[in-house]
Amino acid sequence: MISDINQLRLQFPILGREIYSKPLVYFDNAATAQKPLSVIEMSSLLLEQTNGNVHRAPHRMANDCTSYYEGAREKVRAFLNASGTDEIIFTSGTTASINLIARSFSSKFLKSGDTILLSQAEHHSNIVPWQLVANELGLNIKVLPVDQSGRILSEKIDEYLDDSVKLISITHISNVTGLITPVKDICKKAQAKGVITVIDGAQGIVHSKVDVKDIGCDFYAFSAHKLYGPTGVGVLYGKRDLLEQMPPWMGGGDMIESVSFEKTEYAPLPLKFEAGTPNYAGVAAMGAALDFCNSLVENIHKHESDLIKAMKEGLSEIDGIKLFGGFENERIPLFSFTVDGAHASDIAILMDKMGIALRSGKLCAEPLVKHFGAESVVRASLLPYNTLEEVEIFISSLKRVVKMLLN
Amino acid sequence: MSIKEEEQRIIEEFSVFDDWMDKYEYLIEIGKSLPVIDESGKSEPNLINGCQSRVWLAAEYKEGKIWFTADSDAIITKGIISLLIRVLSGRTPKEILDADLAFIGQIGLEENLSPTRANGLRSMIIKIRTYAAAYINN
Ligand SMILES: Cc1ncc(COP(=O)(O)O)c(C=O)c1O
Repeated sequence: MISDINQLRLQFPILGREIYSKPLVYFDNAATAQKPLSVIEMSSLLLEQTNGNVHRAPHRMANDCTSYYEGAREKVRAFLNASGTDEIIFTSGTTASINLIARSFSSKFLKSGDTILLSQAEHHSNIVPWQLVANELGLNIKVLPVDQSGRILSEKIDEYLDDSVKLISITHISNVTGLITPVKDICKKAQAKGVITVIDGAQGIVHSKVDVKDIGCDFYAFSAHKLYGPTGVGVLYGKRDLLEQMPPWMGGGDMIESVSFEKTEYAPLPLKFEAGTPNYAGVAAMGAALDFCNSLVENIHKHESDLIKAMKEGLSEIDGIKLFGGFENERIPLFSFTVDGAHASDIAILMDKMGIALRSGKLCAEPLVKHFGAESVVRASLLPYNTLEEVEIFISSLKRVVKMLLN
Repeated sequence: MSIKEEEQRIIEEFSVFDDWMDKYEYLIEIGKSLPVIDESGKSEPNLINGCQSRVWLAAEYKEGKIWFTADSDAIITKGIISLLIRVLSGRTPKEILDADLAFIGQIGLEENLSPTRANGLRSMIIKIRTYAAAYINN
């Protein structure tokens, strides 16, 4: 059990490094999280000690890798409270998970004239895959609007769920505003009208307790790398009866029962959707990342709300700041903002020279950034391993940078 | 002064800074003094769109030499543009095409030209070279 922040930080070797001779302040966690020792050790284990292709060979190392791989599937199942491991599909990330649903689900269940409902606050990964299939199948895309602060107008959902809407795909937590979408409520209303629900959980999985049964969604997608795990691994949770009816998206080894040139039988779930050699080393390391998440105890979450409070207070002292998502709404420790007269990219470049890692630009969510009337924004995103001292460094550095740019 | 000599002067100017913030402070100063492209120059065909910041570049060919004016909405980008223009504007197409612009790396600003920055600077250099290539046979 990890209850102390210093103890927590010691798990992350990278947090001790320097950037331009300044201690690193890593505030770009929404892009990717740093990795704890347990994840690093599991990754090395599969490079140094135990390597054999999963599900195939009858030798010891292959069996061990299969155990890590399937063991991680059970860890994901428990983490999400899914009904069975056959509902957990390993992919290469959120993007791949959404593309899988967009391709496979749409080809089976959607037809020309049907509508897909998205929101104004979506990441490009939850827009473009739908546009691709919409173009191919003649589907319409409708967009649930946001208010001035960027909050999705979920209370208007009934107006948008007309008879043509067959599927809604929406973010659990916005990677621009840090606001939390009331997904449970949305799923309930959608389900009442027989509309399929897809949740982009890339940020949601990191900052909220996800119970897919409680949320009531049909699909939930996320990436391991934002959740202390390795890059190149992700999950698609889907309800069993839907996954069973959906055709495979990619064909290849591992996803078949029997193959002949006349007729190929597909493997049962979940392997039906896992063609080819999977990233089993990455999946094993994700298993370690989930164990790590489970070891964080409640006061770590209290620390997270202290970070949010300190960031809000500090940011509100900056002249000409616009904080997207607003100061009042409940949010995760993620802050996108602009400062009048200072370009976002200039702010981020100068902060980097003081050792502070931020993101700037359109944050892969151009429709939302445009909605704010901005060309480019700065984003600071924190995890519980960040400290109040780092918030102080961030705020004082930001003040210095803004002064430099405005003078 | 040749391109190489101009580059050498810039390297010397920057050599006095051992702190990164001082170096960027100087770059910002340079950026602020860049003569701004006039509004007509900020037209769509002159715009180079990057994810991070936008750059405008206008070129004029006179008596065998190419003259550049440019602008950006981001001040650091503008500072680097200013250095590029100091080195490349008023040169013959051949001189421009032969320049390797190694000074950018030597003053420690090459990360600003990396494709990930996507700030239009890389595209700007490509565009400068394209102009030069188009005029080389004149
Ligand atoms: C809300 C949201 N959706 C989707 C993605 C895409 O995730 P990935 O690039 O890991 O596939 C991200 C992260 O970049 C995100 O923040």
